Amino acid sequence: MLVYINNTNTSILLFLISVLGIFLNQKNILVMLMSLEMMFLSVSFNLIFASIYLDDITGQIFSLLILTVAAAESSIGLAILVIYYRIRSIITVELMHLMKG
Amino acid sequence: MYLLILWLPLLGSIFAGFLGRFLGHKGSSIISLICVFLSMFLSFIAFYEVGFMGLNQYITLSPWIEVGILKISWSFLFDSLTVTMLVVITVISSLVHLYSLEYMQNDPHLPRFMSFLEIFTFFMLILVTADNLVQMFVGWEGVGLASYLLINFWFTRLAANQSAIKALVVNRIGDFGLSLGILTIFYIFQSVDYFTIFSLAPLFSNYFFNFGGVDISGLTLIGVFLFIGAVGKSAQLGLHTWLPDAMEGPTPVSALIHAATMVTAGVFLLIRFSPLIEFSSTVLNVLVIFGSLTAFFAGMSGIFQNDLKRVIAYSTCSQLGYMVFACGISCYNVSMFHLANHAFFKALLFLSAGSVIHALANEQDMRRMGSLMKFLPLTYSLMLIGSLALAGFPFLTGFYSKDFILELTQITLNSNVQHTQGAFACWLGNLSVFFTSFYSFRLIYLTFINSINTTRGIILKSHEPSLLMLIPLVILGLGSIFIGYLGKDLFIGLGTDFWKSSIIILPINSYFIEAEWLKVGLKWLPFILSMFGIFLATVINITKTHIYLYNTFYRHICFLINKKWYWDVLYNRYFVYPVLDFGYLVSFKNLDRGFIELLGPYGFSKVIPIWSRLLSKLQTGQLSHYLFFIVLGVCVFFLIVFNQTQLLIFYSVLVFFI
Repeated sequence: MLVYINNTNTSILLFLISVLGIFLNQKNILVMLMSLEMMFLSVSFNLIFASIYLDDITGQIFSLLILTVAAAESSIGLAILVIYYRIRSIITVELMHLMKG
Repeated sequence: MYLLILWLPLLGSIFAGFLGRFLGHKGSSIISLICVFLSMFLSFIAFYEVGFMGLNQYITLSPWIEVGILKISWSFLFDSLTVTMLVVITVISSLVHLYSLEYMQNDPHLPRFMSFLEIFTFFMLILVTADNLVQMFVGWEGVGLASYLLINFWFTRLAANQSAIKALVVNRIGDFGLSLGILTIFYIFQSVDYFTIFSLAPLFSNYFFNFGGVDISGLTLIGVFLFIGAVGKSAQLGLHTWLPDAMEGPTPVSALIHAATMVTAGVFLLIRFSPLIEFSSTVLNVLVIFGSLTAFFAGMSGIFQNDLKRVIAYSTCSQLGYMVFACGISCYNVSMFHLANHAFFKALLFLSAGSVIHALANEQDMRRMGSLMKFLPLTYSLMLIGSLALAGFPFLTGFYSKDFILELTQITLNSNVQHTQGAFACWLGNLSVFFTSFYSFRLIYLTFINSINTTRGIILKSHEPSLLMLIPLVILGLGSIFIGYLGKDLFIGLGTDFWKSSIIILPINSYFIEAEWLKVGLKWLPFILSMFGIFLATVINITKTHIYLYNTFYRHICFLINKKWYWDVLYNRYFVYPVLDFGYLVSFKNLDRGFIELLGPYGFSKVIPIWSRLLSKLQTGQLSHYLFFIVLGVCVFFLIVFNQTQLLIFYSVLVFFI
């Protein structure tokens, strides 16, 4: 049983959990952002594992780059969130439907 | 010279039509008269050269259509048949031109009238002189067009418009048959030239088409198609309804088109194609049956018509029936002789009727005439000559052709001739002799002899026509007396070589000798019947035997016959209106504006907004829904990569539910 729980599986499981976190969440946008962070985390985890497994430094470089991108992204996202809250004074995901088709 | 016969009427038509407003009434009349009279004199010369001297002319002008095996050229054939028609057409046309100068003198559109008359003459000449079927078809359609224009000459009248359209459309049914015949001829013979067809016709007497297991003789098929063409043009039973209605045109038009020339085009076609239909006994039998039925039906309808021109129109229809069944018993030359004679006395009758109508301020109803013998003695005597000629009075024109046709049908009564259909023609033909003389003399009595029935003012103003109208009438009257006697030996004399190769009669179908040795009693029969008709008309009109009018049965018969056996009503109710309804309901409403619109512009413009509204509703604005589609897209992407057939099913299900 323990054989199947390797690093790849862990990271994929983490990724799917984060997808579900985004997907099933209807209310809180902060949870969505956190799930997004977790998605980045699982991807970079996967990359680090692959670089160690293949004995190649490129994966780790990418993982570092993703780390910076994720940090920038979450800061911009939080900034947008703050602006949105200031205008609408509500951040419930369900009620964000200004762009209805 | 031969081509000039054709071009002169065309020239006259162009001058009178296009330059009519510059030439004025007199100028255009003079030009068209000169053209048509020159054409008449030239056709006399042509008759002399071709008919008497035996010099058949064959003129090729220029190639017209050359595609592969099909070679059609503008070329003209002048043989005995053609020149006989030429003389008939140009003489009648010239006299009608002269006549209509006075008859139409108060009409503001005289140049147009002259132009139409001339163009009609031109197309008729094209029809008779053509040496191939396609060129003949040009003339055939051309006279149909010209008849439309002429019937519709007073185009402000609704009745004239309707009659003209009816004439054109009913003719077009026959023309469709003729064009099918032309196509069949080209399919079988690979040519449309008369000479090729006629030379090859005997070789194809065993040629069969196979339609779904049924063998149909090729020559029979061609003959039937040509006969359908003749039915339309010559107003045989079935498509005869246009002829009586075509009386809406001016009277000279009726004389020219519906008596002398255009309606004879169908008979001319049958005579021209004698080398072809001689080889199909089926077609000959069809001709006999339809021709004799037409003669009988039209003769019967004529007896209770009250319109002066309509009576004569029905007698035309009846005489055309005679011509057609004369073709059916293979006596093409007699048919042609009757055609020529009939042109003279029928034109005379129509023009005299025009003279009466002219004198009575356009009154056409015979019930409002009478006693005109005193006021119009010359018209009366001419009308009497015409009627006697029509009734086949001995030694007048009609006698020589009509009674000979009836004698020939008497021959077919003999059982050893093996021509049982001829008996049909014999009895119906003899009966219609009786009808013919009856309605002719009913017309004479009602118009000229009975006591007067019109108002005093009209009678006081009635007058004999002037010389311009009388000259054609007198010439035609002389023609009605003498043409038959003069032409008898030339056209149908025993052993005459006038026709040469233009008419072919198989020896087995020829009964000329037998007709000469018919029993005298049978030869008297048509004369006795026509005398009986005259006698009956006299008795009914002279003595006051009006008691029969109170017989209900008799009144019903009268009514039925007066309404032309309800042909028009039945046609309208069971054919014309259903077809019209079909055109509106099925073709227009259900197909054109229905299915095709639904599958085309209308349907798409309805469906696409619905789809786009559905698609735009997918964008709800909810982030989670967008995410759903993103994930779905990723799934679809994986499906594309791994398995394509499943993808297609997935997509179709998706589109279906959307």
